Amino acid sequence: MKKGLIFTLVSCAAAIMLSASAYAEDVTLNALFMKQAGYSEEDVTAMTQAFTESTGIQVNPTFVAYEELAPKILTSASSGGYDVILGDCIWPAQFAKAGLVLDVTDRVEALDVDDIYQGALDATRYEGRYYGMPWLNDVKYMFVNMELLKQAGIEEIPTTWDMLIEDAKAVKEQGICEYPIAACYAQAECLICDYTCIAGAFGGAFVDENNNPTLNSEENVAALDFMASTLSDGLCNPKSLEMIEDDVLSTFAAGNAVFAINWTYQYAAMNDESQSSVAGQGEIIPIPGTDKAASATVNGGMPLMITAGCQHPDEAWEYMEFLASKEMQAEYCANALPIWKSLYTDEGVIEKAGAEVVAASQTQFEFIVNRPMVPYYNELSTSMQSEIQRVLLGELSAQEALDGLQELALELAES
Amino acid sequence: MRLRKEEERYALKLITPSMIVVFGVIIVPIITTLIYSIVNIDPLSSHKGEFAGLSFYIKAVTSRTFREDLGRTLYFTIASTAIETVAGLLVALLLNQKFPGVRFLRSIIIIPWAIPTVVNGSLWKLMLNGEYGVINALLVRFHLISGYQSWLGNPKTAMWCIIIADTWKMTPLAVIFFMAALQGIDSSIYEAARVDGAGAFRSFWAITLPALRPTIMVVVVMRTVEKFKAFDIFYLMTKGGPANSTKTLMYDTYLQAFTNLKYSEAATYAYLIALVVALLTLLYVRLMKREEA
Repeated sequence: MKKGLIFTLVSCAAAIMLSASAYAEDVTLNALFMKQAGYSEEDVTAMTQAFTESTGIQVNPTFVAYEELAPKILTSASSGGYDVILGDCIWPAQFAKAGLVLDVTDRVEALDVDDIYQGALDATRYEGRYYGMPWLNDVKYMFVNMELLKQAGIEEIPTTWDMLIEDAKAVKEQGICEYPIAACYAQAECLICDYTCIAGAFGGAFVDENNNPTLNSEENVAALDFMASTLSDGLCNPKSLEMIEDDVLSTFAAGNAVFAINWTYQYAAMNDESQSSVAGQGEIIPIPGTDKAASATVNGGMPLMITAGCQHPDEAWEYMEFLASKEMQAEYCANALPIWKSLYTDEGVIEKAGAEVVAASQTQFEFIVNRPMVPYYNELSTSMQSEIQRVLLGELSAQEALDGLQELALELAES
Repeated sequence: MRLRKEEERYALKLITPSMIVVFGVIIVPIITTLIYSIVNIDPLSSHKGEFAGLSFYIKAVTSRTFREDLGRTLYFTIASTAIETVAGLLVALLLNQKFPGVRFLRSIIIIPWAIPTVVNGSLWKLMLNGEYGVINALLVRFHLISGYQSWLGNPKTAMWCIIIADTWKMTPLAVIFFMAALQGIDSSIYEAARVDGAGAFRSFWAITLPALRPTIMVVVVMRTVEKFKAFDIFYLMTKGGPANSTKTLMYDTYLQAFTNLKYSEAATYAYLIALVVALLTLLYVRLMKREEA
C-alpha cells in the first residue's frame, strides 16, 4: 500500500515535471531590440541562444533602429506582438500610464537591488513602481583625441568646459582641426541628451524634485547660450545639426574632431582599426563641468519590459533576468557596461570593457542627470528638439525658446 | 427567371471575398479613424473615452503648428510636382526623337522609379552628407563651393534636398506617361506644319502641347495627391528637421500617433489630409471635364 502510494506520488511528480518542461519548450517569445549602440546584434543573439539552450524556451529576437522601437512597441504592445521589449528610460512613464507594459515591482525588488546602479534602476521607474528589468546601463562620456591635442601642445585633459573651449580654440587656431567639437545636434532625441549633459554641468535641470518644469531656469538658458556660442565661434562642427550618434562617431573616427560626447559604444568603435583611423589615439573621460557642477551626464539606461499583451509573463521575466544576469553582463561588457556594481572589480570585466572605460564610468556614474520621467516627456522633447535647433541656428534667443517651452511643459503637465 | 437568380447568386459568391477585403481593409479603418477623431481615445489624456465632437478638428485648424505644417506640405507638393511635370515632359520630348542610343536611354530611364523609396532616401542622405557626401566632393572639385556644406542641416536647403531626391525618383513615371501620349500624335500633322513653315518651337506650342494637355492633367492630379501625403522620404532623410523646416502634415500625424500617443489628434490630422486630397482631386476632375467639353 505504502509502496503503491510512493509510486503514485513519484509518477505524479514526474508527470508534472515533464509537462512543465514540455510547456516551457512549447513557449516561444518574441523580443524587440535596438540595432545601434549598447549590446550588438551578435551579442544579443548569442545571449538568446544560451537562454534557449538552458531553458528550452524559444525566443525570436527582432532588431530595429532606435527610431523604430517606439512605433513597433505602440502598435503591438496591447496585442502581445512582442512579449519582451527594449525601451528607452524616457518611456516607462508614458507606457505605464498608457497601460502598455506590466508592473514588475515585486520581481525587481526580489533582486539584489543594492548591487544595481541607481541610474539603471531609475531608467525603469515611474511614480515609485518598476516597469522593467534594468539592462543597458549607459551614460554619455567625453571622448578626446589626445594625439591632436598634443599636436597643439596640450597635455592636460580638460575637466571644465572653459578648459575645453580654450583647448578647442588652440587646436583651431593652429589649423590642426577646423571644427574641434562634434556633437549630435540633429532634430532627434540625441540633441536633448547632449543638452541634458551641458545643462547639468551648468547646474540646470528640466524639472525639479517634484517633476515641475524648470526649463527656463537661468542655468538652462546659460547652457543653451553656451551651446549656440560653440557653433557661432566655429568651434563646433556646423554639420552637427544633422548628426546623430553614429555620425559623431564617424567624424571622430575620421580624425575630424578632437572632442565628442557619445555613449560608451564609441570607445570600442574608435579603437577598432577596421572602422577608425584614430585607433589608439582617443581617450574616454568624464564630461567636463563648471563651477556649478564638477561633471554631468545623461542617463541612457534602457530597461527590458514585458508588454501588457504578453501571454507568458513568467517566461518573459525569466528571459529578461537571464539577459541581465551577472554572467551575461560580465561576458558581453565590451559594448555596454554592467548594471551590477560588484562586476566593476571583476578582472575579466575590466579587461573586456577596458580599464579606461571602467575608470571613467566610476566617476561619470556619480553625475547622472535623468531626463524628465513624466508621461508627457516625448511630446515635450519633440518641441524641445526643434526650438533648441532654432537657437543653435541663431533664429531665436535661448531665453525666448526656453520661455516658450516652459509654457508648453506647464500646459502638458496639466492636461 | 430561375436561371437569372442562380446567376446573381453565383456572382454574389464570386464578389463576396473581394467585398470582405474592401470592407475590412478600407471601410472599417475609415469608420474607425472617424470615430477616433470625434471621441478622445488618447491613452494619456485625463478626458479619455469622452465624446469630443469637432473639438479636435477646431483645435487642429486653429493651431499655428497645423498651418505651418500645411504651408510646408503645399510648398513641397507644388514645387516637386511642377519640376517633375516639366522635367518629365522635356525628357519625354528628348526620348521621342530618333538618335543613336535612344532605345538604351528609354530602357534605363525607368531605373530611378524602380528603386524603392527607402533605398532612394538613404542613397540621397548619404550623397548629401555634410562630412563625406559625394555631392559636396563634386561641388568642391568643380569649385562651385569652397567647403563641404551641411545641406540637410540647413533649414534653407533641407526641403530642396528632399524635393530633388523625390523628383529624381518619380520623374521617370511622368516620362512614361508623356512618351505614351507623344507616340499617339500623328506625325503627318508635324509634316503639314513644317510645309506651312512652322518651326520646332511653333509646332510644340501649336501641336504637341495641346495634344498632351489631358496627359499633363493626369500627371499633375496623380502626383499632387501622392506628394501631399508623402511621408517616407521625410522620415528617411530629415525626420522633420532641422528646426521643423521639413515637418509636413503627414510627418506630424506620425509624431502625434507614435511619439506623443495622441491617437485622436493623429486621426484628426489624417482626416484633414484626406479632405484636402479629396478637394484637390475634385478640382482636377472638374478641370479635366472642362477640357474634354
